[in-house]
Amino acid sequence: MSRPNGALTESAWVRRLLIGIALAFFAVFLLLPLVVVFAEALTKGIAPYFEAMQEPDAIAALKLSLAIVAIVVPINALCGLCAAWAIAKFRFAGRSLLLALIDLPFAVSPVIAGLVYVLLLGSPGVLGPLLREWDIQIIFAVPGMVLATLFVTFPFVARELIPLMEQQGNDEEHAARLLGANGLQIFLRVTLPNIKWALMYGALLCGARALGEFGAVSVVSGHIRGQTNTLPLQVEILYNEYQFQAAFAVASMLALFALITLAVKALLERRYARELGHH
Amino acid sequence: MRLSLRLLLPVLLVLSAVPASAIELLNVSYDPTREFYSEYNAAFAKHWAAQTGEKVQIKTSHGGSGKQARSVIDGLQADVVTLALAADIDAISSIGGVIDKAWQQRLPQNSTPYTSTIVLLVRKGNPKGIKDWPDLIKPGVKVITPNPKTSGGARWNLLAAWGWALQQPGGNEAKARAYVTQLYRNVPVLDSGARASTTTFVQRGIGDVQITWENEAMLALKEFGADKFEIVAPSLSILAEPPVAVVDKVVDKRGTRKVATEYVSWLYSAEAQDIAARNYYRPRLEAVATKYAAQFPRIKLFTLAQVFGDWGRVQKLWFDDGGIFDQIYQN
Repeated sequence: MSRPNGALTESAWVRRLLIGIALAFFAVFLLLPLVVVFAEALTKGIAPYFEAMQEPDAIAALKLSLAIVAIVVPINALCGLCAAWAIAKFRFAGRSLLLALIDLPFAVSPVIAGLVYVLLLGSPGVLGPLLREWDIQIIFAVPGMVLATLFVTFPFVARELIPLMEQQGNDEEHAARLLGANGLQIFLRVTLPNIKWALMYGALLCGARALGEFGAVSVVSGHIRGQTNTLPLQVEILYNEYQFQAAFAVASMLALFALITLAVKALLERRYARELGHH
Repeated sequence: MRLSLRLLLPVLLVLSAVPASAIELLNVSYDPTREFYSEYNAAFAKHWAAQTGEKVQIKTSHGGSGKQARSVIDGLQADVVTLALAADIDAISSIGGVIDKAWQQRLPQNSTPYTSTIVLLVRKGNPKGIKDWPDLIKPGVKVITPNPKTSGGARWNLLAAWGWALQQPGGNEAKARAYVTQLYRNVPVLDSGARASTTTFVQRGIGDVQITWENEAMLALKEFGADKFEIVAPSLSILAEPPVAVVDKVVDKRGTRKVATEYVSWLYSAEAQDIAARNYYRPRLEAVATKYAAQFPRIKLFTLAQVFGDWGRVQKLWFDDGGIFDQIYQN
């Protein structure tokens, strides 16, 4: 075995051993569970598999999950873009505070995030009486689930854009300004094209997380069948009702979305590595 | 942004597309009633349509009884609650203020249309030789029971064990406490609800004996095969009374009082009692009880009132923060 990098001093067998351990770990902890999900989902054959996915509650859960993703991803893409733009291109008081706040959802347990919304917006909560007066139902309804998902998935777009925008600097924007472009033109023709693939990448990760979120959504859902159950919550319910095959069939839907995400992510990384700032 | 608007529009349509023709009813229930209420809901929708010509669609939510009560207090818009014990509905009434204080007098038999009891579920062949309550505190026996803070069934479990110890020859408070303390030393995991406990015992294979609802144990036998598990009927157990109530503030706001009231009242009908018995709940109606007598093991039962008083007292003394359960479990 030739050494691709002269700085590596480990002997060949050490490297083979380490790679072997990594691969074995990958197989046991990632590949095997994926295989198990599909195997369990198909234990009773193809027909029951598709039946489980066409069950009204499963379809309702799928629709709700996709609806939440469709609301959350555009909002977080926009907000993430604004935040990243402000942080990367400007120096202002409170900049590091904003940076810390963006990371907050990563630091806080999703269950706590959900609970905070319940305490804030639930009936006995701070804003509860006001909401009741206006007859607005947020907690234990779709708006609450959207809020919780928004919170949990907020950092993805901003975190993807900030390093890239910082690395790109302001030179091109300055040039555009000198050539007479206005603010909007600069943004649409210079800034946005420079970051569009990274924005896509961030949105993709945000969508994947939104689809799979369990903890925060579970707290604010109320678990009403066919109404406030997302796909992950539906999996839990089916499992608890001893419908293991159906539970795994719905889980396989989530796994399928994950695989698609992974494929698109890999494609983006391969084709646009430079634009993504992933060297 | 036009693209995202185009994306959002159908989404919003889907979200607002509530079928206007059907009345909707939300039943917030506890854990092991899933199978029973899915059958009852279908029968009730038929009954309501025959009686009024109206379509009614019933949605359900299931979870640990205490947790579900908490959700209703926090604003979950339940038209009716069907929980594991009166204390949880009392909490919705006193803390949440959405159910009338006198709720338990509004329906027959303390608003409890069906009952159950607490039994022991063991693995086939009963390898640890568990016959009755004293066997649960033997060294090396692992006991599965959920967390009384979140689960109604768990509270019945503890009271059944306590009540048995109290009523033994020479039994007293101190002996009962010592027995239950010993019992909880044998509990390796406290799940949040009865169903989660069953999953732990049956699916994950943890523990030698599960203390659980009779209906939950019989369902486990039906789902997983009588060749894998056995029910052990203890010499003495508690009559578990899971009550039902209409949530006044919600039905008045939503205009569903009539259908919600019929929903809980019809639970006492012969047809509903038969569904309850088929789902392993002990029916109240004499005729149905006789028909299904062979299905239920004969166990000597005591009521909560006979041994402990009412749920208000029991909840405060045993299960509130710093109560007997906390003292026991910290040891």
